[in-house]
Amino acid sequence: MSSTKDVLQQEPSIWQRLHIDPILLLLLLLLTGGGLFVLYSASERSVEIMTRQSIYLGIGFVVMIAFGQIPPRMYARWSLPVFLFGVLLLVGVLLFGVGAMGAQRWLAVPGMSSVRFQPSELMKLVMPMVMAWYISRSMLPPKLRHVIVALVLITIPVALIAKQPDLGTSLLIGASGVFVLLLGGLSWQLITSAVVLAIPSGWVMWHFVMREYQKKRVLTFLNPESDPLGSGWNIIQSKVAIGSGGIHGKGWMLGTQSHLDFLPESHTDFIIAVLAEEFGLTGVMCLLLIYLAIIVRGLFISVQAQTIFGRLLSGSIILTFFVYIFVNIGMVSGLLPVVGVPLPLISRGGTSIVTLMAGFGILMSVYTHRNLIGR
Amino acid sequence: MTDSVTFKDHSKENRIFNSRILKAVIILVILTGILISRIFYLQVVEHEKYSTQSDENRIHLQYIPPIRGLIYDTNGLLLADNKPSFNLTLTLERIPDLEKALKDIQQIVPIQPEEIAQFKKRLRNKPRKPFESVPLKFRLTEEEIARISVNEHLMPGVEVEADLIRFYPQGEIYTHTIGYVRRINDQEQKSLDDKKYKGVTTIGKIGIERFYEEHLLGQVGYREVEVNARGRVLRVLDQKEPIPGTDLTLYLDTELQKNAIEALGGQRGAVVALDPKTGGILAMVSEPSYDPNPFVRGIGFKAYAALLNDPARPLYNRASSGEYPPASTIKPFVAIAGLNTETVTPANRVFDPGWYRLPNQKRLYRNWKRGGHGWVNLERAIVVSNDTYFYDLALKLGIDNLHDYLQRFGLGIRTALDVGEQRPGLMPSREWKMGVRNLPWFPGETVITGIGQGFMKATPLQLATATAVLANKGKWVYPQLLKSSTNPIELVPDQPMKDIVVNSPEYWKLVYEAMRKVVHDRSGTAHYRIGRDIPYTMAGKTGTAQVVGIKQNERYDASKLSKIHHDHGLFIGFAPIDDPQIAIAVVVENGGGGSSAAAPVARKILDAYLIPRLEKQAIEQAKKLERNSNTPSSGEG
Repeated sequence: MSSTKDVLQQEPSIWQRLHIDPILLLLLLLLTGGGLFVLYSASERSVEIMTRQSIYLGIGFVVMIAFGQIPPRMYARWSLPVFLFGVLLLVGVLLFGVGAMGAQRWLAVPGMSSVRFQPSELMKLVMPMVMAWYISRSMLPPKLRHVIVALVLITIPVALIAKQPDLGTSLLIGASGVFVLLLGGLSWQLITSAVVLAIPSGWVMWHFVMREYQKKRVLTFLNPESDPLGSGWNIIQSKVAIGSGGIHGKGWMLGTQSHLDFLPESHTDFIIAVLAEEFGLTGVMCLLLIYLAIIVRGLFISVQAQTIFGRLLSGSIILTFFVYIFVNIGMVSGLLPVVGVPLPLISRGGTSIVTLMAGFGILMSVYTHRNLIGR
Repeated sequence: MTDSVTFKDHSKENRIFNSRILKAVIILVILTGILISRIFYLQVVEHEKYSTQSDENRIHLQYIPPIRGLIYDTNGLLLADNKPSFNLTLTLERIPDLEKALKDIQQIVPIQPEEIAQFKKRLRNKPRKPFESVPLKFRLTEEEIARISVNEHLMPGVEVEADLIRFYPQGEIYTHTIGYVRRINDQEQKSLDDKKYKGVTTIGKIGIERFYEEHLLGQVGYREVEVNARGRVLRVLDQKEPIPGTDLTLYLDTELQKNAIEALGGQRGAVVALDPKTGGILAMVSEPSYDPNPFVRGIGFKAYAALLNDPARPLYNRASSGEYPPASTIKPFVAIAGLNTETVTPANRVFDPGWYRLPNQKRLYRNWKRGGHGWVNLERAIVVSNDTYFYDLALKLGIDNLHDYLQRFGLGIRTALDVGEQRPGLMPSREWKMGVRNLPWFPGETVITGIGQGFMKATPLQLATATAVLANKGKWVYPQLLKSSTNPIELVPDQPMKDIVVNSPEYWKLVYEAMRKVVHDRSGTAHYRIGRDIPYTMAGKTGTAQVVGIKQNERYDASKLSKIHHDHGLFIGFAPIDDPQIAIAVVVENGGGGSSAAAPVARKILDAYLIPRLEKQAIEQAKKLERNSNTPSSGEG
């Protein structure tokens, strides 16, 4: 705890006053800047897409700084009410939601029909918060009844989101809740029995919960060549894009798979394939390096956090960030089924960027409010 | 929040948390390792494979079909042409809803249900590359093209594509000889050399189109193009031009062909005219005929059924596949056999009471003239077409000699070099009868073979060929359609024929004289009909083939009317006698006698062909004489 003492003795730096972690900020700027570079190629130099993405990133950074200003105890205090409000909204989505492509994910703001709001994004932030708040209320490791309550808290929004249906998001939110439990010292016995329980519940999911298109995705994941022009097309073409990139890649703006439209969703979920095709293994390794640096910094912040709530919250956020990366690259490279998880901060898409940046804002809050709490 | 934190054991909680973070880091490292090795596997280990796939994705080989060789007649008139045709095609990958698209198209241009059925059949049958268009409607009119172009942007995947299609400007006059091309069907697709036919949609089905298929086809070219995922061509990477097929010029003379059709005057029958010097087929007519053009894109079932069920059998090529009893037209050839084997002399006479009888047999073999011709020698036997003389001669010759000599004139053999659908006819022999009927040969069968009846069958093409060989004094010429081609084509006969050498040239002269008298002498069988006002010398022979009494075969089934029992009229001939320029065979089915039905047809054709030619030759001869009048001439040219 010597570092804490050092901090207490020092005058708070300019970064601490601003509640910004400069290292994390630098890494995020590097990542999003590189991401824009790739998106420029993937979107065929679309000015419109580039402008929108830049605006969203700008909003993201503003939101991050704003979330950094809020002290962690505020998050803890408000987590349960906001969580309950979020669940309410999710129920609302199922009842009154608007959607596209067979899924209802949005709520229209009353009186402003053009503004849409996606409550599952709110849940991405609130889930680790409420779990961290609940688990940190009592002594670690959590007792069985706390675990059961926690699992119920996790299951309700996850089920509601899966019902929309949005499998990718519900898995990410579920994971962020479970990470809190795991970091809180969930007993290995319980973990083992959960894994054993997962098998029959998987069966139940397959037969009663999953929609046809989701089952199809899993099936084509297992054998993409079975339908090379239909649902297997995405995976085959993305593997071809990655594989044909080789070590050095085909060069920026020169990827044939993406520029000749063989690669679907090249500026959203499959953008890593564009990077892999144009910049090769070198490009992918650079990206992974930046991601890992962010994760290492995040874990460092988590370990350095002053309260258990802050530790659990920041730990869950950064591990969930890793899950994003792993699931996205895993699915694009054919390791995992295509579940619709974007490559964080690189894929095109405003909501996802803002939510992720808010998460990093929470990390900064946890890091920069330490000494202040101590006083 | 004034927490209950007070009682918490902070160090224990920190220990738990830190140990869990450590485990998370371990799992994180493992998972990252899996990701990196996966990417490494794809980008380094499997790079070659995916690199190839990526190229295959974007690089397509487009085949460019060659332009099919053209076919001309002897005067350079186009008989088979390639015409641009505009087809309505659909590209399935670009059409969101096929049924809706079909409905939309029908709003713009009429599409028959049959066309939709055929289109769907094409979709099912052919293995299709992605983004390959499939034709829906062929041969769009100008108006239809305009209407589609206006609406094209509303219907993605619906396009008008240009194509070259075979066109036969002469229509039905050459169908049996030139034949036609048709769409390659599935069965052919399997047996064809795939490389030669890439991008080619049609193949010669009958006639010249089929016989010279490999020469007319040409060589397929290709274009290596880069395409995007929607099949749109972005740039051409490599290109090899196709090599057009060989153009053919035939001996056929369209003027003569038309005259022959006109001369037949709508009767069922066939005409084959040859140039005895070359064997070139000047005309080959089979009537009735049909238009080959509907076959090119696929004739409708109804139209085809109508042709198939027509009792006049237009699909049947009478000229080279029609096997008829040659009847008296073979008498000149039998005469050569009799003379050269010294079975008879020109002076030998036979008394004809109107019938002939084999020793010790009751059956009478009748002469066509009931009262008989009295005493006849060989020449008179040909001129008046006496049957009794030839019954006697045939018996004396024996079937072996008859078979041997008539076969040397090409009867019973396919001798034409490039006529696709030729039947061999039948020149019977002892071996043939034993082989087919398992019976010995009877003398009575020899007797009727002597007048070209019985088992014997010959095609008009064979009769014309035999006549040409006769006109050449035994020198063989193989009938052929091809006169010249832009690339050399070598033709080899199936069975090489030897020139017929006789002991004395007088034999030819005797037969020629007899055939001259058939036309030019008052006693000749053809004189009354064609010989009275003929302005050139012509050797001819009539023939009348009995239909009744011949065993009915499938061709003449019971559903036919009594007209079908009328005799076939036949005629062979060549002219002018001292310098034969044309040899001809005419068959008029159920036309009655050879002199009344067939001879006038031959005369009309020869008139049309020879008179202008002979006049021209006479003028040239006169000019030549004028030019050479100062210098002493040294014989004729």
